[in-house]
Amino acid sequence: MEVTRTKVPGSKEEFRAKQLSAQQMLRGDLDGQDLDEYVEKRLLLSKLNEAQSWARKNAIWPLGFGLACCAIEMITVIGSPRNDLSRFGAEVIRFSPRQADLLILSGRVSIKMAPIIRRIYDQMLEPKWVISMGACASSAGMFNNYALVAGADKFLPVDVYVPGCPPRPEALMYGILKLQDKITKDPELGWRERYHAGGTEEFGGSEPEREDHARQDAESPSQDAGPDAPRR
Amino acid sequence: MPDATGLELLAQRVREAVADDAIVGTRFEHGHATLDVHPPRVHAVLSYLRDSDDEPYGFLASLHGCDYLPAEPRLGIHYQLLSMERRDRLGVRARVTVEEPQLPTVTDIFPTADFQEREVYDFFGVIFDGHPDLRRLFMPEDYVGHPQRRDFPMGGEPVLFTFNEHKLPRWYE
Repeated sequence: MEVTRTKVPGSKEEFRAKQLSAQQMLRGDLDGQDLDEYVEKRLLLSKLNEAQSWARKNAIWPLGFGLACCAIEMITVIGSPRNDLSRFGAEVIRFSPRQADLLILSGRVSIKMAPIIRRIYDQMLEPKWVISMGACASSAGMFNNYALVAGADKFLPVDVYVPGCPPRPEALMYGILKLQDKITKDPELGWRERYHAGGTEEFGGSEPEREDHARQDAESPSQDAGPDAPRR
Repeated sequence: MPDATGLELLAQRVREAVADDAIVGTRFEHGHATLDVHPPRVHAVLSYLRDSDDEPYGFLASLHGCDYLPAEPRLGIHYQLLSMERRDRLGVRARVTVEEPQLPTVTDIFPTADFQEREVYDFFGVIFDGHPDLRRLFMPEDYVGHPQRRDFPMGGEPVLFTFNEHKLPRWYE
């Protein structure tokens, strides 16, 4: 292999001075204020978890998953240069739940779809977040009837609710920015425990223990909406 | 669209070709002609309208159900036929009761009726005799009841609006 040598920028004397100070540090000669100065010049200090959440917040990969008309607005947020979600590192749509971080519930959640959505959520790997987009996903909206789950938060934990019918792309962008704030500050509100959201990931070959519980959660709204439900 | 007179003539031709009791009545409303058909004769009438040279209604544009709750028999099944040759439409309607919601299937002459009959079965509970695969189409497989019947509860959750606010006094506390 041929080794190519390039000239170090700066003058020869500067380079020599740096070399000497590095040697001094290695020998233990550099200490006190000199050492601090040396380290500050060369390092960006942060706590590990802060650096981690900074990296997470700037690489949210949404799942390519649309439920109804809100999906059109979601596509506009992600796909159009006018909104350009890639400014915030969230434009990489992943069509496999294994690779995605963010599930955007864009549209109404029917009771037939609820177990499927929960399964997709379980297939996503931690860390994962959910945005409930629009009135329908948050509260069944105008379709308050036998067919829909009134609020997706009945069967999976939702981080951010975006109101609107459908929300404008700017509103969804604002929701994603709010989610970024949440990731940076990382307020564990205890909802993962409340919704049994941890440990439900599906791995090949092994059935997770909480599977039954999750399925029950997902199906309970269908029982509410059955014929025995009281007339409003 | 056959006009009112044309509809009567058509009904007469169907009576002669199929059976005397096949046509229960005719309706001509809002420029739309509808034949009321005796439910067991639906298949015979529709295959006559499809295959006869006099009535070239070869296309089933839609098949849907309806619940006329106070009226008896309650359930109505509408077949919308389209004639490409005549640029003409014709409705065929059969009325069945909730107690005996039985109809012959038309999937053998109109394959498009397959899913549409499943939908009517799903939402109204109409049994289509002879359908190859009569399962629910839209609702979950284990769902109980037929939700588009008008005596079926609406479902959903009560929402507080200004008009029903007084039912829950001091809800904001």
